[in-house]
Amino acid sequence: MSGDRRSAARRIPPAVLNAGRYGGIVIIVLAVFGGILLAAGKNPIKAYADTFTYTLANAYGFSELLVRMTPILLTAVAVAIPSRLGLINVGGEGQFYLGAWLASAGALGFPHLPAWVLLPILTLLGFIGGALWAAIPGILRARKLVNETISTLLLNYVAPLIVSYFIFGPWRSPESSAYPQSPAFPATARLPSFFNTRIHAGLLIALAALLLYWFLMEKTRWGLQMRSIGGNQEASQRLGIPVAAWIVIALAIGGGMAGLAGMGEVSGIHGRLRQGLSPGYGFTGFLISWLAGGRPLGILFMAFVFAIITSAGDILQITQGLPYSVINILLALLLFVFVARRPAQRIAR
Amino acid sequence: MADSISLEAREISKRYGSVQANERVDLRLAPGEVHALLGENGAGKTTLSKILYGFTRPDSGEILCNGTPASLHSPKDARALGIGMVFQNFMLIPAFSVAENIALFLTDLSPVLRKGKIEGRIQRLAERFGLRVDPGAPVRQLSIGDQQKVEILKLLLARARVLILDEPTKVLAPHEVEELFRVFAALKADGYAILFITHKLREVLACADRITVMRQGRVAGRLARGQADAGTLISMMFGDQGVGARAGTADPVRSASGPTRATALLELSGAGARAAGTEPALTSIHLRICAGEIVGVAGVSGSGQKELGDLILGLRPLAAGRKLLQGVDASAWSVRRVRDSGVAFVPEDCLGMAAVPGMSVRENLVLGTGRRYWKGVSVDWPSLEARMTGSFQALDFPIPRLAMPAGGLSGGNLQRVVVAREMAHQPRLVVALYPTRGLDVRSALSVRDLLRKVRDLDGGVLLISEDLEELAEMSDRLLVMYGGTIVGEFARGAWTAEQVGHLMTGWKEATDVRR
Amino acid sequence: MSAPLALGVLAGAVLSGTSLLYATLGETIVERGGIVNLGLEGILLVGASVGFALAASTGSAWLGLVGAALAGGLANLLFGWLVVSRKANQLASGLAMMFFGIGVSALVGGPFVGAVIKGLPKWRPSFLAALPWVKATTLFNYDILIWLAVPVALLVWWALFKTRWGLGLRAVGESPAAAFAAGRDPSVIQYQGLFAGGVLGGLAGAHLSLSLTLTWAEGMTAGRGFIAIALVIFSKWHPLRAIVGALVFGGAEALQLELQARGADVSPFLLDMIPYVLTLLVLLAWGGARRLAAPAGLGRTFYGSD
Repeated sequence: MSGDRRSAARRIPPAVLNAGRYGGIVIIVLAVFGGILLAAGKNPIKAYADTFTYTLANAYGFSELLVRMTPILLTAVAVAIPSRLGLINVGGEGQFYLGAWLASAGALGFPHLPAWVLLPILTLLGFIGGALWAAIPGILRARKLVNETISTLLLNYVAPLIVSYFIFGPWRSPESSAYPQSPAFPATARLPSFFNTRIHAGLLIALAALLLYWFLMEKTRWGLQMRSIGGNQEASQRLGIPVAAWIVIALAIGGGMAGLAGMGEVSGIHGRLRQGLSPGYGFTGFLISWLAGGRPLGILFMAFVFAIITSAGDILQITQGLPYSVINILLALLLFVFVARRPAQRIAR
Repeated sequence: MADSISLEAREISKRYGSVQANERVDLRLAPGEVHALLGENGAGKTTLSKILYGFTRPDSGEILCNGTPASLHSPKDARALGIGMVFQNFMLIPAFSVAENIALFLTDLSPVLRKGKIEGRIQRLAERFGLRVDPGAPVRQLSIGDQQKVEILKLLLARARVLILDEPTKVLAPHEVEELFRVFAALKADGYAILFITHKLREVLACADRITVMRQGRVAGRLARGQADAGTLISMMFGDQGVGARAGTADPVRSASGPTRATALLELSGAGARAAGTEPALTSIHLRICAGEIVGVAGVSGSGQKELGDLILGLRPLAAGRKLLQGVDASAWSVRRVRDSGVAFVPEDCLGMAAVPGMSVRENLVLGTGRRYWKGVSVDWPSLEARMTGSFQALDFPIPRLAMPAGGLSGGNLQRVVVAREMAHQPRLVVALYPTRGLDVRSALSVRDLLRKVRDLDGGVLLISEDLEELAEMSDRLLVMYGGTIVGEFARGAWTAEQVGHLMTGWKEATDVRR
Repeated sequence: MSAPLALGVLAGAVLSGTSLLYATLGETIVERGGIVNLGLEGILLVGASVGFALAASTGSAWLGLVGAALAGGLANLLFGWLVVSRKANQLASGLAMMFFGIGVSALVGGPFVGAVIKGLPKWRPSFLAALPWVKATTLFNYDILIWLAVPVALLVWWALFKTRWGLGLRAVGESPAAAFAAGRDPSVIQYQGLFAGGVLGGLAGAHLSLSLTLTWAEGMTAGRGFIAIALVIFSKWHPLRAIVGALVFGGAEALQLELQARGADVSPFLLDMIPYVLTLLVLLAWGGARRLAAPAGLGRTFYGSD
């Protein structure tokens, strides 16, 4: 048809473009990290070798990568789903804690249920906890009262306080008075782990969530409507799509994902509710989703990259005496480079 | 007193793509006068004003300032020469006070703001020219009329001597219009030159000293106030198209039975909607569209047509009155319900209002069809494609590549997609806003045929258009909108361009208004 | 509330509210220019660590103070390069700055953990010191940052609303297009605002390490940066209201400590929630009015596009 805009650039298949994008990130990460190490007086080659040895080449190390990936996959999906409607969810932290909290309530409240009944209940509770915590900002945004960026940010700080309240109060474990935490969960409330590692069923939940995200967005009529809202909210309204309802639903589902991450951590790793469960998983998820442009495979890849980077931090602290804080700088520089390379990058695709 | 400035445009021509926006236009603006630039939408007035202000450069012709050629590369040059322009969209900061807004634009502002001094300067000018505003008031609390005063004060304080105002009365209430004319008189007496761009006849006759009429990019006439009257101006603006006369000939394709009065597809009784932002309010809309008729709506853009469409769609809530669709009270229906009941919409800006650019054509096609093609968790793509292909063929539109992103289509192609989608399910009522704007002749004919077919199959059409010829050809009844309400109604063949022109431009006393 | 409790809370509010106030003032300037820095936490950490490191290595808390201010300013300029020159997404860049601040501050402060420094000197006017109810508390026995807190707030207010520069900054924050049409360069103005904001952020962090705790620990700002961001909204982007806000938020923290010291049975966590819930309620209450208070240019980034 005459008049249609076409450009040579659009003829490059998306797969190749994406590979280039992610490959570029990896190369830049390696180069920058090498620079930091040199500046710190360390040997980059040995650092890379150590990292490789203890993560990819080592079975237990590799399993730890998967353990690290589990929560951040979910918190990334928590950001990605609302982002497809153009919504910004920076409340992953809070939604994580609420999911952990509600799941803990279930774990502590139903000690007599068999595992095959209890674990699905806990999963549901984790999802609901996070979903409710995100639905509040969703409703506020749908009614045009408060934008979700600020409300999810504020609620991030209330959720851990709720957890702390319960740990120090009604759920305080009688044993350890120095280090407040809930009593240990019964064995029936623990997600099973595999291969004598810390990998737990939460990983399966996370992968299922990622798959569900992809399927929902690309293959269902609901995803079609959500993407439509993200693409042109006014047109979507004029075509009869109930935008306000979808805003709440999308944020709730996103929050539920982060809630699942919380449930996975308390049930699969810690076995009890305690403070400081999240070293910033919510924010990490935001960055992963943002770097991946909301794409499922990209999220998988970036979560893997983040897992390697944070593992490297721990490993190099031991093998090279490198302070862990270097990892934070590395992450920051990675983001700076990415952000500065591509002006005016948007969150939603 | 500051120096007066005279401004002249000579043989200005400007072409945008296939449209000759200005063709050899001459205009002379002398100090101490109000010069009105009159014409319909699309006559070329705004283009000329942008050229005079340095926003755009003409393809040929020149601008002279006090007799010497001036080279205007940007508004900065224009401002340096003492030319100022007040746009339809004010460049004001709503959260700032009047004084702060004006101070921002002063070139000689001191580092530490002296509120008293600035306010004093504002007051002095305001007194002199009748532009009274409270300098401390936040601009967002001001009426549009007062905001406009601030814009004018900004120009005056920046030492402009020529003021160009683009459709300044578009959003003013009648008493604010009077106030503005008093300001013009005061400025005029002080030697300022004012170029007043408008389409409203009555105002031109009320305040202009000299009038230049434009039509389709050319100067259609030049008059001094003394020589001008409504009739002369209207015939200059619209030309002797003999449009009304043609409308009297029988429409051969029209079915003989005429509209079936019993079933009103759409009825608005006493409907009204609140104003929102710069969009006008709708008041006392009485409208009936029956099966088997095409109702045309004429009016200058901004008279409330878009709001009427949004009201029917259900996007805008009714603030008064009732809306009935096929006899059922639909006043509170959601957009989806309205559409599902067989109402189709072709909006004026398809890319912004009816399509999602990032999604494929196929996906865009299904978005507008409600629940019809939902199957399980997904969509029945084959049925959709079959139906849509059929729709394209019935319209004689070329079928686009369904997988391509809608944003990659040209404007005309996208509009065809939207029309095909809307028509695919035999809608009973079609609301079309400027449906043939931007289409080539063949496609425009095809759209018109389609609308007629809808009518012949006992459907109803509300056709909003700026093309009087099209309206003459298509409308069984013609309504005229102005200022958010319906000011006239004509049967087929019972109107002339002159009558409609009167009503479109706000002349309340039309010579022949039939209900 | 008993008098000693009230006094205790007030005294504590002033102490912990000071760094909050500086941080809020800095972010207010930045947001008035239309930019949100979610990484304020990182700026505070940079200020705290640089200040402490300088004080520990040179023995002069004053040098630490100056260094902290400069470091904060530079860090914000780095953020500015991302969001102004490269037009990067403000939220993502802000979070990146948070990581950056956490990392850099740990590196800078690491060698000095456990060091003992002579903090900023404190003064108390003698006529106040004579009062018995004052003597027992920390009231009016303040270092220079606390004494200057309110004057600085007044200065920021004056700069924003009474100077040509402030007018330009606020114009950029409301409508870069209008500011540009008025002949201003929005980018330059935003950089200037970012530097000023960064200096204040650095000072906010320095107050923690050079005066309140006289230590350095990784992550010692404990979310104050995010509280300050909430405070900016709570105080409707107005420097003078920020004083009240800082006292209220600082007071909530102080109240919690005082109640704990007295063995009261109120959960400190519930009290800690107050600032956030309060901010949310205030935002809710304003509803549409809130949009009027925020610089319009923040809209696209922070407040969505409705």
